[in-house]
Parts: sequence; C-alpha cells; structure tokens
Amino acid sequence: VEERKVAKPIDQFTWKDIPLGCVVAEAGNAREYKTGDWKSQRPVVDTSKCIKCGVCWLFCPDAAIYKNEEGYFLANLDYCKGCGICARECWTGCITMVEEEK
Amino acid sequence: MTDKRVGMEVSIAAAEAVKLARAEAIAAYPITPQTHIVEHLSELVADGELDAEFVPVESEHSALSVCAGTSAAGARTYTSTSAQGLELMHEILFIVAGMRLPIVMSVANRALSAPLSIWNDHSDVMACRDCGWIQIFTENGQEVFDQTICAFRIAEDPRVLNPTMVNLDGFTLSHVVEPHLLASQEMVDQFLPPYNAVNRLHPDRPVTMGAFGMPEVYAEARKAQDMALRDSYPVIREVWEEWGKLTGRHYQPMETYRMEGAKMALLTMGSFSEVAMEAVDRLREKGIALGLLKLRLWRPFPFDAIRKSMKGLEMLIVMDRAISTGGIGGPVCSEIRAALYQQAKRPKVVSFIAGLGGRDVPPEHFEEMVHEAMKLKARKKQEEFYTIGIRG
Repeated sequence: VEERKVAKPIDQFTWKDIPLGCVVAEAGNAREYKTGDWKSQRPVVDTSKCIKCGVCWLFCPDAAIYKNEEGYFLANLDYCKGCGICARECWTGCITMVEEEK
Repeated sequence: MTDKRVGMEVSIAAAEAVKLARAEAIAAYPITPQTHIVEHLSELVADGELDAEFVPVESEHSALSVCAGTSAAGARTYTSTSAQGLELMHEILFIVAGMRLPIVMSVANRALSAPLSIWNDHSDVMACRDCGWIQIFTENGQEVFDQTICAFRIAEDPRVLNPTMVNLDGFTLSHVVEPHLLASQEMVDQFLPPYNAVNRLHPDRPVTMGAFGMPEVYAEARKAQDMALRDSYPVIREVWEEWGKLTGRHYQPMETYRMEGAKMALLTMGSFSEVAMEAVDRLREKGIALGLLKLRLWRPFPFDAIRKSMKGLEMLIVMDRAISTGGIGGPVCSEIRAALYQQAKRPKVVSFIAGLGGRDVPPEHFEEMVHEAMKLKARKKQEEFYTIGIRG
C-alpha cells in the first residue's frame, strides 16, 4: 500500500482550512484514516488449512484483506475492524478471531 | 425590461421566474402540499419551453435528495414545497447547506398539522430556522418574481455558494392573481450568468462530497459554514442593488414604511405587511407616531439593519405568525429582542402572535396590537407574548 500524507493532520485544520462544502478533492485518502484501532478481535489465519480460495477477500466489507506473495489471504490490521465476517465465511475454518490484548 | 403589467397567479409568476433563470434541473413532489409553481414548470418542460430535467418524485425527502445530486453535478437546481413537505425535507435541508449546494427553493408558507391545516402561517419555515439556508421573505407577487431570480444569483455567487429559500405566504400569495412586471430573457441572462460549479461530480476529476467529519474537525466545519452564511450578507445587498438598478425595484434586508419621527413601530414579515401599512395610515391620521418595519431577510439575520432601524423608537411591536409552544412564543420577536439586548438604548419590545393557520389579520387587529402595547407601557409586568384574534 502506497503511503500518502495530507498537507497536515486533520486535528490541526482551522475553520479557514475547511474546503468548500467539506469536499474531499483528493481521491483515495481514506487510506490515511487507519480504522484498525477500532477492533477488539483480530483474524488469525492458519495457513496450513488455507486453500487460497479468496472467499474472505470477497466478503470483507472494508477491503482490508490482501493477497500475500505466497498467495495467502491476510488482513491488513491497519484497516481490519475485527468484524469476523471472514472467519464466519471461510470454507475450511482456517481463520480464528483472537481477542486483542493490550 | 418590460413595462406592461401582466395579471397572473403568483405561483405562475414564480415558475416564469424560474424559467427565465434557465433552471436546468427541477425535482418535486407533484401533489399536495405542492403549489402550482412546479405544476406550471412541468408544463413548461413538457412543452419544450424550458430545457430542464424535471424529476417528479415520491416524497419531498426524495425531491431535495435529487436536487442535492443535480446540484452536485453542476446543474442549476430548483425545487418548491410547502408545510408538511418542508418538514419531510428537514434532514436534507441541513445536508445541502453543509455541502454548500446553491439550490433555490420557493416555500409557500403554511401551517403544520395537527390539526390538519392547509392554510397560511409561518410554522413551517420557523421549524427550519437553523437549517443553514439563506431565507428571504416576500410581501407580494412582484417581490416573489424578483426575489426568485435574485435567489439564483445570490446562491450561486462564488463568494456565497449556499442554498437559498424564497418564502411566500401560502394562498394569500401563492394562489392569488396579481399584476406583475415580468423581465425579458435578455435582461435576466445579463443579470444571471450560467452556473459554474467550483466542485462538481465528474468522472474526470473525482471528488468526495458529503464525507464524514470526525470530532476533530466537525466543529471547524460548522464554524466555516456559519461564517460563510454571515459573509453572504454584503453579497445579498449587492445583488439587490444591481437588480434595483436594472428594474427600479429596490430591496433591503429591513424595509421601512412611514418611520419618519416614529416613536412606535410594528414589525412584520411577509404578505401581512401590506395590511399593517393600512393600519399605520389609519393610526397616523389619528396622530399616533407609528411606523412599520418589514423584515425581508431572515437568514443571515441582519443585526446591523435591525439595530439601526430602532433609532428613536420607544416601543416595538413584533407580530409573529408562528408559535414556539411552551417556549418564547414568537420566534421573530425572540430574535429581535436578543439582537437588541446588548444595546444601551433600546425600545420596549412587545410580542404578538396572530394569523395562525389562515386566520385573517385585518387592519383592526394591528390597531388593537398598538392600543394594547400602549396600555402595557404603564404596567410593570409584561407577559412573554400576547395573542390577537384568538377567542377566550
């Protein structure tokens, strides 16, 4: 994932910095908002059981699952909100939701 | 400009103004509480006299939602509604204002249910006071025609970019035939250039509109919106001044009638100002130093014009056509009082509520307000508000 930065962090915007009508003129900058810290559980993949079918990738509502170099589907924890849909849909049951521990 | 007066229903004149403004997209709920405004516009579009997309929808919530889309796509957008229809739009009113979409809407002001009423008062618009739109009031058909054209110019000015609402009293204006001086297409084209959106939904330059604002930025966004609405004030005055030069019909945020040497004044909004003028004439004949203040601009609230117009006044009588139940009573009076609170010298302000749900307010009722207010001068205690013409 290509890293991009906004001109300055959103919590440093003054009211004068707000674009007209709050328009977001730059496409794809939602990736700068890392929503992964919302989760209370994370998916852990047992690659010995994974058949690389990609059903988890298909069902992930946040497009947080990516395919690694070996062809396994894993969650990008910067964006995964821990909803557990991937674990529920996985055909082989290779995904386990594990409590996030601080 | 044409010098010939044309008799037509005020709703039809409003539709003709929208046609002259070359609206490109119109979405509206086509049955009651709708007026003849969009009915006539749909005919103009069907007859090929107006080149616009006309979208009849299943509710006012959808009407304004469609308008949000067409305005975001860069089209000059218009809609119209009334009463319950305005309340059904309520959610989207705030959204299009926050998104700064310069939609123009006529609101034929009517009472809200229950009890079910289709008649005129200001309950509908007062419930939408804080929606972020520029809100203009009109007194007669000519003003409706003029202000509808001016509304597009104001809303779309690059220094403004804010939705704008033209209020006209339901039935007492919307369904009454009046003489109008219309404008030529050449003149309106000269006054109102085509709309050139700063941001528009276009596949060549994708943008996100209506995005999410976290607590870190929401307050700044709201402040920016409030400042923009306040900053529209000089532009509104500039547009009216230019319209005045073109037509000889001049508009001010606060207009006056027989205020020379007035110690007392009535304050009204909308079509009842014409009845109040009659009452002022009658009482002036009896030697009472009375004038009339007509508030045209409701948002942005013209603080300076209001304060200036209080010069020399000992008593101000505000007539409201809506009631804030269980609260301050009259919303207009409440805001006028608040605007004057900081002033060292200010008149005594008396609030009257009249003309709810189509109840007539004849000149005699305005005279009664003045006489009642004069009696209050001597009394220490004053109620939050008084009513006129309500039995018992």
